[in-house]
Amino acid sequence: MIANPADVLLLAASAEAAGPWEAVAAFVRDWPNMWPSLWLATQDTVYMVLWATVFSVLVGLPLGVLLITTDRGGLTPAPAVRAVLSAVVNIGRSLPFIVLMVAVLSLTRFLVGTTLGPTAAIVPLSIGAIPFFARLVETSLREVDRGVVEAAHAMGTRRITIVGKVMLPEALPGLIAGLVMTVVALISYSAMAGAIGGGGLGDLAIREGYQRFNDHYLWATVILLIVIVQAAQSLGDLLVRRLTRR
Amino acid sequence: MIDAVGLHKVYRLKKHRVTALNGVDLHVESGEIFGVVGQSGAGKSTLLRSVNLLERPDAGTVTVGGEELTSLSGARLRTARRGIGMVHQHFALLSSRTVAGNVGFPLEVAGVGRAERRTRVGELLELVGLGDKARAYPSQLSGGQKQRVGIARALASRPRVLLSDEATSALDPATTESILGLLRSLRDELGLTILLITHEMDVIKKICDSAAIMEDGEFREAGRVLDLIGTPGSLLARSLFPLPDLAGPDTVVVTYPRSFDEPLMSELTRRFDVDVNILGGGVERVAGQSVGRLGVDVRGARRAEALTYLSEHGLLVEEAGK
Repeated sequence: MIANPADVLLLAASAEAAGPWEAVAAFVRDWPNMWPSLWLATQDTVYMVLWATVFSVLVGLPLGVLLITTDRGGLTPAPAVRAVLSAVVNIGRSLPFIVLMVAVLSLTRFLVGTTLGPTAAIVPLSIGAIPFFARLVETSLREVDRGVVEAAHAMGTRRITIVGKVMLPEALPGLIAGLVMTVVALISYSAMAGAIGGGGLGDLAIREGYQRFNDHYLWATVILLIVIVQAAQSLGDLLVRRLTRR
Repeated sequence: MIDAVGLHKVYRLKKHRVTALNGVDLHVESGEIFGVVGQSGAGKSTLLRSVNLLERPDAGTVTVGGEELTSLSGARLRTARRGIGMVHQHFALLSSRTVAGNVGFPLEVAGVGRAERRTRVGELLELVGLGDKARAYPSQLSGGQKQRVGIARALASRPRVLLSDEATSALDPATTESILGLLRSLRDELGLTILLITHEMDVIKKICDSAAIMEDGEFREAGRVLDLIGTPGSLLARSLFPLPDLAGPDTVVVTYPRSFDEPLMSELTRRFDVDVNILGGGVERVAGQSVGRLGVDVRGARRAEALTYLSEHGLLVEEAGK
C-alpha cells in the first residue's frame, strides 16, 4: 500500500505531528485532484502567450526597424515619423498592464466578440507587448556596427536588403534575447489577464487560490509558472549562444 | 580613372560649421596607386567617401571610369558603386557570416547565382591567400586575415577602382607590410586603380606612385611622388625624410631624387676644396627608386660653386639656414 511517494511523506509527517512536512505532504497528495484544471490552465496560458508573441513579432519587429531607420543618420531619416512612432511606443509602454487591459476592453470586444477567455486576452497582451518588443528591437539594431552598414552601401546594396541581409542577421542574437524577455513579460502579463477573466494559470490562482482560500492551487500555479519561464529562458539562452559569432 | 573637380563639403554641427572639403581637385591615373595623407580631421575620409558618393559633396563633380557619379542616384548609382571596391579600416565584415559568406555578399546583392558565386569566392580567397578559411567566422581570424577577407570582398564584383580607407591603420607593422604587398601585387595583376587614404607616411613611401598632402580640407601639394620629392620646398619630402633641426648658416639640404653611382661628396671636397660634414639624413626606396635626403654643412671659399656642381648633377640643393 506504500506505493505512492505521497503516502510515505504523509506517514513521515504524521509521526511528527502537525508541521511543514504535513503541509507539503497534503499538497503533494492534492496534486492529482488539481491536475486536470492545472493542465487546462497551463494550455490556456501557453496559447495566450504564443499568439501574443506572434503578434508582437509581426508588429513589433517592423516597428523597431522603423524606429532605427527613420532616426537621424538612419537608412531613411524621417524625424517627424520617428517622433510620432516613438511617442506611440512610449504611451504603450507607460500604461500599467492592468490599466491597459481595461482600457482596450471595447477594442477586444470589437475584435473577438467577447472580453472573457484566453482568446480575448490575446488582444491586450499583444498591445502591451508590441511596444516593449519594438524598443528591444530598436536597442539591438542600434548595436549593429555602422561600418558594416556603410560597407553594404558602398557595395551598392538596396536599403531593404541592408535591413534584411545586414542589420537583422547581425542583430539576431540580441533580437532573440529580446524575444525571450518579451515572452517572459507576456507570461507575467497573462497571469494578470487572469484577474479580469482571461483564463490561464493566473485566473486559476486568483479564483481557486485567492478567492476560495485554496493555498494548494496558489503553490501549484507558482510552480508551473516558474517551470514555464525557466524553460523559455533556457531555450532562448541556448539559441543566443548558438547564434553568437562574435 | 578618377577625376574629382571642385569638391566642397561643409558639415553643419549644432553651433558651428566644419569645412571638410574646400575645393579639392583629385586626378588619379588608371593603374596607379594614389595616396592621400593627412592628420585626422583633414578631410581625407570625406574625400574618399565622396568618390563613391557615400558622402554627397555640396559642390563639384566626381567622374569614375568616364561616368559622372554625381549625376546619378538610386539604382544607377548602386550599379556604379559595384564597379568601385572599398576596403575599410575596421574591416566591416558581417560577424554573422562565414568568410565565404562575406566575400560572396556583393555578388549576392548583384544577383549572381549560387554556383557562380561559389566558384568566384573560391578564386578570390585563393587570390588573397585564404583558401583554407572559407568556413571560418571573422571572429576566428587575425586582423591581417580579416583585412584580406575585406580585400577579397572588395574585389568580388571585378571593380576597376579600389578605395582604401586606412586599410592598414589597425594592423601591426609586419601585417601592414604584407597587406601593402598584397595591394601592390593586385594592382600589378589586375590593373586596378587604387585610391587610399592614410595618416602613415610609410604607406606613401612603400606603395604609392602619386600622393597628395591634405590639410584643412585642401590639397597642400599633389602629384607623382618622385616629382614632389624633387620639387624645392616639398612638404612631402620633408615628411618622408624628417631631418634634425638644421639651422647652421652653411647648412644645405641635398635631395637625391634617384640613386647615384658617382661619389659626389668626395668629388666635391677634391674639386672645390670645401669641407663637407653630413649632419643627418637617410636613403630609402620610394616608389621603386632609391631616394635620399641629407642635411650637410658645406664650408669653404668656393661653396657656391660646389652647390652649383651638385645641382648640375641632378641633385636638389636647398639652403636650410634661411
